[in-house]
Amino acid sequence: MVDYEAIGLKVGIEVHQQLATSRKLFCECPCTLRSDEPDFTIIRRLRPTQSELGEVDPAAEFEFKKGRTIVYEAYKDTTCLVELDEEPPHQPDQEAIDIALTFAQMIGATPVDELYVLRKTVVDGSNPSGFQRSIIVALGGEIKLPSGKTIPIQTICVEEDAARKIKEEGMRIWYRVDRLGIPLIEVATAPVISSPKEAEEAALAIGRLLRATKRVRRGLGTVRQDVNISIRDGALIEVKGVQRLDLVSKVVEYEVRRQLELLKIRDELRGRGVKEEDIAEDFVDVTDVFAKTESRVIKSALKRGGVVLAVKLPGFAGLLGRELMHGVRLGTEMSDRARFWGRVGGIFHTDELPGYGITEEEVRKLREAVGAREEDAVVLVADARENAEDALRAVVERAIEALKGVPEETRAPQPDGTTRYMRPRPGASRMYPETDIRPIEITPEHLEEIRKQIPEFPEETVKRLVSTYGINEKLANQLLDSDYLELFEKICSETKVPPTFVAAALTETLKSLERDGVPVENLSEEQLWEVFKRIDEGMAAKEAFPDIATWLAKNPDKSVSQALEELGLGMLSPEEVEALVEEVVSRNTELIRERGERAFGALMGDLMREVRGRADAKLVAQMLRERIKKELEKSG
Amino acid sequence: MSQDLKGYRGAVLELLQKAGAKIGDLIKIERNGQTYEGYLMPRYELSSEQTIVIKLKNGYNIGVRATPNTKVTKIGEGHPPVFAKPPTPPKKPGLPEVAIVSTGGTIASRVDYRTGAVLPALSAEDLYSTVPELSDVAAIDAEILFSIFSENMTPKQWTEIAKTVAKHIERGVDGVVVCHGTDTMGYTAAALSFALQNLPVPVVLVGSQRSSDRPSSDAALNLISAVRAAAYAPFAEVVVAMHETSSDTSIALHRGTKVRKCHTSRRDTFKSVNARILGRVVDGKIEIVDSSFRSRDKSRKLVAKPDFSDKAALIKFYPGMSSSIIDHLVDDGFRGIVLEGTGLGHVGNYLFDSVRRAVREGVVVAMTSQCLWGRVNMNVYDTGVDLLRMGVVPLEDMLPETAYVKMSWALAQTDEPAEVVKLLRTNITNEFSPRTEYAESWPWES
Repeated sequence: MVDYEAIGLKVGIEVHQQLATSRKLFCECPCTLRSDEPDFTIIRRLRPTQSELGEVDPAAEFEFKKGRTIVYEAYKDTTCLVELDEEPPHQPDQEAIDIALTFAQMIGATPVDELYVLRKTVVDGSNPSGFQRSIIVALGGEIKLPSGKTIPIQTICVEEDAARKIKEEGMRIWYRVDRLGIPLIEVATAPVISSPKEAEEAALAIGRLLRATKRVRRGLGTVRQDVNISIRDGALIEVKGVQRLDLVSKVVEYEVRRQLELLKIRDELRGRGVKEEDIAEDFVDVTDVFAKTESRVIKSALKRGGVVLAVKLPGFAGLLGRELMHGVRLGTEMSDRARFWGRVGGIFHTDELPGYGITEEEVRKLREAVGAREEDAVVLVADARENAEDALRAVVERAIEALKGVPEETRAPQPDGTTRYMRPRPGASRMYPETDIRPIEITPEHLEEIRKQIPEFPEETVKRLVSTYGINEKLANQLLDSDYLELFEKICSETKVPPTFVAAALTETLKSLERDGVPVENLSEEQLWEVFKRIDEGMAAKEAFPDIATWLAKNPDKSVSQALEELGLGMLSPEEVEALVEEVVSRNTELIRERGERAFGALMGDLMREVRGRADAKLVAQMLRERIKKELEKSG
Repeated sequence: MSQDLKGYRGAVLELLQKAGAKIGDLIKIERNGQTYEGYLMPRYELSSEQTIVIKLKNGYNIGVRATPNTKVTKIGEGHPPVFAKPPTPPKKPGLPEVAIVSTGGTIASRVDYRTGAVLPALSAEDLYSTVPELSDVAAIDAEILFSIFSENMTPKQWTEIAKTVAKHIERGVDGVVVCHGTDTMGYTAAALSFALQNLPVPVVLVGSQRSSDRPSSDAALNLISAVRAAAYAPFAEVVVAMHETSSDTSIALHRGTKVRKCHTSRRDTFKSVNARILGRVVDGKIEIVDSSFRSRDKSRKLVAKPDFSDKAALIKFYPGMSSSIIDHLVDDGFRGIVLEGTGLGHVGNYLFDSVRRAVREGVVVAMTSQCLWGRVNMNVYDTGVDLLRMGVVPLEDMLPETAYVKMSWALAQTDEPAEVVKLLRTNITNEFSPRTEYAESWPWES
């Protein structure tokens, strides 16, 4: 168990949540994500710009020089010239700004008097303009955690979402601009969070307050958390784009572990007397060593005209294979760097060799070729010479950083909460004013208008749900954290389906289906509403909900009627139920005679198996009881 | 002082002056218990008068409303940025020589992230350092002629540009690039086409639709391609080099007399009208599309006729147009009027008297079409025949803008209306195309 206080853990979170506006932030396009083929594509390059100091972001410059091109996929009817950077932005969407102002007032933040749109330079291609437009709407405010601790909020911004990365092949990268421009609210906490659990609670609390505005988008990918993590003697690491809330604490936990391990490796290297000047970019061409190799990776690289280059890392033996967190070793970190800077598939290092088709003999020759002693590690890479050299340069740089401790970087979360190298941390924030948009004055009168429309707070909602619908507090809380609070209230006010059943179905049932691998994110609110309406009308049984939901999730284009039909779940008429009861009873007259009314349990089980949700259990039970009684009267 | 507090006025200016604050200084603003700290920014033109703009430490700008009880304190001196020029790439021997003449617009620049200012790169060294690829293409000599928005250009500037380009050609460069704002670049291209005759080397106009401070700017690729065309193109013509499509893949080279800005914002705003493009630059290679050009030949002697008259006018006809518009021009001493008529080259008969009077008083009246695509033909309908009879000069498939420029140029070459008409009807630099070719997608993709 790590003592987070002792190691000086500091975490700050930025929650990015898409807003449910009718248009995009800087144009009149709808906020529609599409999966059909794009209507057209255009090809661009982004050129890193010089700052007033003559500086250029090194990673951006590197990619530009390597000739990286970007393909933007777009649609004629749902994207326009603004997304393609072919038309100046329109005035920002007022609705988005008002939602942010509402949230600001909910947490006691101070709205800015006059809003300015800023351009934040981003040259990875995710914004065709080369920058993301962002507006600070309010400063300050705070949120409360269940423990009673308050977390100060630093800023509330409204910004445009970036384009969606579709794929990457060599030096070409594909983005779809449908997502570009969807308004996001960004809520940033102060870096005062001091444990993984607290980080998750803070993200949850912010998420609840945002959802309380009832004007945020829901579903997978509509909320993303950036988590900034540092420990004493470590470094500030930004983990970008954590989509699932329950991953936040894991991400922090793993990152702490990784930094602690890296510090141990640093101390060990120092203990071994390794010095920075010992680690040199002396790349040795060892293609000959692998001329007859059985390694598939190397063979195919050589076939494409590549070479095998190797570099010695003095004193690193045993450390490259050291696990930093689940499945990630120091060697993995080097490999990720090599992939990014060298565009190679990966590296091999002597801590994992022989293996991967590389023989002991080859390792011996390799070590000999680079003059490695027993305590040294060797890293090799097989690719085109230029790529291989770039890759090994990145490896050497990472090795030198290992000597210093934890390098600052931006990392990407994996589904299990571990993280991988994404790119170097950008230098000082590169922001400058968006001159195409005039400043927006926020008047005291407008703020007063917003204040009148402050929505119900989450705690109040829970209380109201409990008192209005008679559901328990646990279910009420689950509803609040689900995407279906509004749907729940609609169902309960417009149908007679019992609220507790509705709440459980929309939360626990769907969650358990999701755990079983059912793609419940495919279920639309309209479909779910339809299902409950059928239940209300007696056209489907409550018990059939999991089956119907599962079928619909797996057949996203089909209707509820089709689901009922396919599943054979149309409701049985009372006559049909009666016939089934009759059949079961007549099959079991002996049992009934033996057990009397106690036979009910066994027969009811049989019956419900046959009914399979096509009849209301209460009705079946009632009929069965009566029939058993009749049967007993007959025999008695 | 006002320079130090750019844009601020009235009470806010006084407040800032009292605090001794200058743009860039770190200041603290206190108001009703709230405190803001940040670097003082210039006030934006459209900000409210009471607003103080500061840049917070996180890089964002905000506007703080100053009230009577607002207190401003200067807490730190601003430090002007020290620009460390990236090393200028070494000059490569044996490269063609290209002169770059800047007339306005910022084809290359740096961003001052401190104040948001865009600092233009104007000298050859600046250009090399912001667009290093240029050093592989040509040996560059850069001159800043003037720095004006292209909508502020007049025939006077055309003359100056023409003289400057002529000077560079006469000293023996292999090509000239003229950096120009895009709004009237088509007019200037036409002007240089008439002013610089018998060209020995290419003259390439270039601009950008996205300012060069942004990573997505079209400026650098346009400039590199323009310099390449100036240095290596096989032709000696005046051309405009701009994006051919929305993609950063191809730079079109349009003939100076046939090119027009056709979109308010797209990168591929320039289109050749009634003509194919002359060529394009793709992947650093020049492809020729229309091979009927004057070949590059440095031994050829340039003939410069850089003068333009300001007594030419361009009028677009519209239904209900008042004849007094023409009358005014004639009364004002205008000597040439280019009409942008309807269809095949018509104006309403309610203008006939004024047109007749203009011609009678020695004003040259010429006809183009507001259709832009296609050729005028004034023999088909009575109106056209009537106008011809009045002495209106039909200008084939010439762009109205080119016709206006040619009128202005012709009027400066001779005082004789008949001579002006003769010049107008002579195809001097491919302003007419005798044949109109069939185009599959016309005018371009719908």
